[in-house]
Amino acid sequence: MSARTEILDRLRSALHDAPEAPEIPRKYRHSSGMNEEELIELLRDRLLDYKAGVSVVDEASVPAKVAELLKGETSYVVPAGLDERWTALAPGRVVDSPEEPLSVEELDGIDAVVTGCAAAVAETGTIILDGSPGQGRRACSLIPDHHVCLVRAGDIYGVLPEAVRRLDVTHPLTWISGPSATSDIELQRVEGVHGPRRLDVVIIRS
Amino acid sequence: MSSTYLGMPAVPVYGSGNLHTAEPFPVAARRELDNEQLRANLGHATHTIRDKRLRVVAELPDWEELREAGSATKAAVMARLPELLEQFEENFTARGGVIHWARDAAEANEIVRDLIRDAGADEVVKVKSMATQEIGLNEYLEEHGISAFETDLAELIVQLDHDKPSHILVPAIHKNRSQIRDIFLREMPDVDPNLTDTPARLAEAARLHLRRKFLSAKVAISGANFALADTGTLAVVESEGNGRMCLTLPETLITVMGVEKLLPSWTDLEVFMQLLPRSSTGERMNPYTSLWTGVTEGDGPQNVHLVLLDNGRSAALADERGRSALHCIRCSACMNVCPVYERTGGHAYGSTYPGPIGAILSPLLTGITSEENASLPYASSLCGACYDACPVKINIPEILVHLRSEDVQSRRGTKKVPGQMDVAMKAASWMMGSGRRMALVEKALPLGKLAAGPDRKIKKLPGIAAGWTRSRDLPAPPAQSFRDWWAKEHEDTASKEQA
Amino acid sequence: MKIALFATCIVDAMYPSTARATVSILERLGHDVVFPAGQACCGQMHLNSGYFTEAVPVVRNHIEAFEAEEYDVAVAPSGSCVASVKHQHAMLARSVGDSDLETRATAVGARTYELSALLTDVLGVTDAAAQLGSWYPHRITYHPSCHGMRLLRLGDRQANLLRTVEGLELEPLPEADQCCGFGGTFSLKNADVSSAMLADKNANIAATGAQLCSGGDASCLMHIGGGLSREGSGISTLHFAEILASTREHPAPPPGAVRGGSRSAARLAGKGRQ
Repeated sequence: MSARTEILDRLRSALHDAPEAPEIPRKYRHSSGMNEEELIELLRDRLLDYKAGVSVVDEASVPAKVAELLKGETSYVVPAGLDERWTALAPGRVVDSPEEPLSVEELDGIDAVVTGCAAAVAETGTIILDGSPGQGRRACSLIPDHHVCLVRAGDIYGVLPEAVRRLDVTHPLTWISGPSATSDIELQRVEGVHGPRRLDVVIIRS
Repeated sequence: MSSTYLGMPAVPVYGSGNLHTAEPFPVAARRELDNEQLRANLGHATHTIRDKRLRVVAELPDWEELREAGSATKAAVMARLPELLEQFEENFTARGGVIHWARDAAEANEIVRDLIRDAGADEVVKVKSMATQEIGLNEYLEEHGISAFETDLAELIVQLDHDKPSHILVPAIHKNRSQIRDIFLREMPDVDPNLTDTPARLAEAARLHLRRKFLSAKVAISGANFALADTGTLAVVESEGNGRMCLTLPETLITVMGVEKLLPSWTDLEVFMQLLPRSSTGERMNPYTSLWTGVTEGDGPQNVHLVLLDNGRSAALADERGRSALHCIRCSACMNVCPVYERTGGHAYGSTYPGPIGAILSPLLTGITSEENASLPYASSLCGACYDACPVKINIPEILVHLRSEDVQSRRGTKKVPGQMDVAMKAASWMMGSGRRMALVEKALPLGKLAAGPDRKIKKLPGIAAGWTRSRDLPAPPAQSFRDWWAKEHEDTASKEQA
Repeated sequence: MKIALFATCIVDAMYPSTARATVSILERLGHDVVFPAGQACCGQMHLNSGYFTEAVPVVRNHIEAFEAEEYDVAVAPSGSCVASVKHQHAMLARSVGDSDLETRATAVGARTYELSALLTDVLGVTDAAAQLGSWYPHRITYHPSCHGMRLLRLGDRQANLLRTVEGLELEPLPEADQCCGFGGTFSLKNADVSSAMLADKNANIAATGAQLCSGGDASCLMHIGGGLSREGSGISTLHFAEILASTREHPAPPPGAVRGGSRSAARLAGKGRQ
């Protein structure tokens, strides 16, 4: 008998008492009812708590803000599909595209990465990347040490269920809540281990 | 909903691997209790994380509703497990993933070894995983000429020190910063000899040590926190980015996961990703969560495997009163609030799964008759703190009591000479099974005074009660029981009334 | 109201003054107390140690003893024993497949109250000094036992009653919610871990500066008191029922007094009947 058949048989046999699958009570919050200003404020508060950098700007100020955040970095990568105007004022741009992907070694030699995101969750301070154009493949937002992430205010949700229900899970998803961190030594939080050690989130008002 | 199995209930097939204590819990616990450094480290760590958890849980007005949803979801998963596994397999396979089934630890190890060889690799990078810990994968690969590098900081510390994890979330919780610095100085070949013991410097040393490995690894091995049946998606929850490195950069990704980790639907994550981070690290959200569904062209590993592991889980599922132990999402909240764990640490439990959940899960996976694990269900004062903390509401105290009864029952079956406890319990049952007999025995209570000193305290008792009087006095019994007083009192009243 | 007292085995045999105090409180409130003569023990020790077979006659006896008596509610001065009666008896009956016993166990359990729950929720006691004449002019601390706290969700009921005793000063106990390490046979089977838990509990008690620790479970107090006595701390323990029952005329022993069972029983026996 194959392992598959045997394990499934064992499991069926284990359920000899035919337990009923209970109804799942979903009385938890499905929305926050917050307006845009409240969402921005909450997301900012959470991100700052994680020691991420946060700026809130209007669309016209994005290029200057991005350039300011990238000051001092000699190069940065942007995934194909990111609005070119946003990085127009920052020198050192390298584009990663499905047609011409950078190698791991090339990415390792680049200081920063600028991406958009699919959604953000205010209550948990989470930004979610799903690999769509402008967000890129996972390696891009992982290997460079500094991640600048642009979040449109309209993509911020109050609580997790609101955001989850708007995502396509079959895309490779990365949920990011602050810079890479560890609490493995005496449970003292240290920002910056293997992932990007610096995370700057630029929230764009609508 | 669930299809009823028409076959006969089979004999449970138990698991093997790192699921056993090497010695009974009280013996191991006594040794660990003597380690002052360990107790200081553990006390500090468990209190810190306990406070953090309470703070972030209190922020959510719907925490109890989330627990209710989580608990019911897991009960539904258990009731429909075979069907959900088949659904998951279909979806994962349709998107280019390959599923392997492993009956036990040995079979899982062989599958992983063969996959690594097929990829032409002799070393792998690993994301912290309880399942691979449980099957003893690192040791097995080592024997077969494959080096496995743990990349989670705590796992790295433990691996470099040739030690064992003592906690499922923070495996090096038993070590403090200066101990960790000494390990790095001793075991990391390229380490800065001036390394200090500040946590930031130690984390930096780990980053430098592992960076080349991540960028060049061909094969990575991971566990999974969740598997979503309706989409065929796997999820890994982590903090440091070592998980993202392993899950993204190598060509081949091999995931080992217990069959119980399924969730019916992708949207169930909205519940579990609120429950897990707050319960485990006491954070609103962990820094990184990765989700992948089979293979994505041009992004991440192109050879994606999943080993589905039984190793005693079907046996645990067969125990109607113990099966909810399989609801566990490995958050470790129960160990952080457990007064027993706080004082003994994880090593005393022997198994990969320590603390309150380990005290039920290990014997359920191996069978209570397995001699070494029979002591685990007694490693609790039944204070109930674990049940309160559990995000999926596993009634650990109730299962502990259930397993104790299984243990007593199984020893009854053998022809072993009854122990002192067995004899005492039988005698007490006879006495306490009747108010009349209880009254008779209470008449003899004043004799207890003979055992007491002039200060009316009993300071030394024999046999199984000796442990009590090692650190506690017992008061001498009273001259008269309440029952006796009451009877005399009401006799008097009755006769007065008659007069 | 007719109230059936479930003394519990440990109070009956070792701490009779706690049961007498319970009777005294209820009678002062004008209620009729009866003592079902057939009662012995709730069976918790057997149940929690896994001796289900041996627990059956003990549980059956409890149910029969309380069925044999006529009363409105039953009360016990113990969170742990009440939790057993309310939660474990029916479970045991179910596990041995006795559905008749299960129904009867549920009925008895539903009418059984822990003392502070009865006083607060049913009898409307909000001010012990005013309603019971409680007087205990001492500084004390208080340990909330695990089963009362987590299985019965008693919350602050016991502490709140203590706070309304005339003259009483209640010092908050650090880490009050931590188990004292008793756990029934746990204190025998894992005596070393139990002792380590007790040492921390008693250090916290000592840190309050109070010379007495009260609580709602005689078993936990026996454990805590046993450790305090061995350490020679001079700190004593006393059930909250005895503090509520304490009056100017008949005061309970002051903090620090040695409370070997014999002395308190002798004191009670000598004190005469009210």
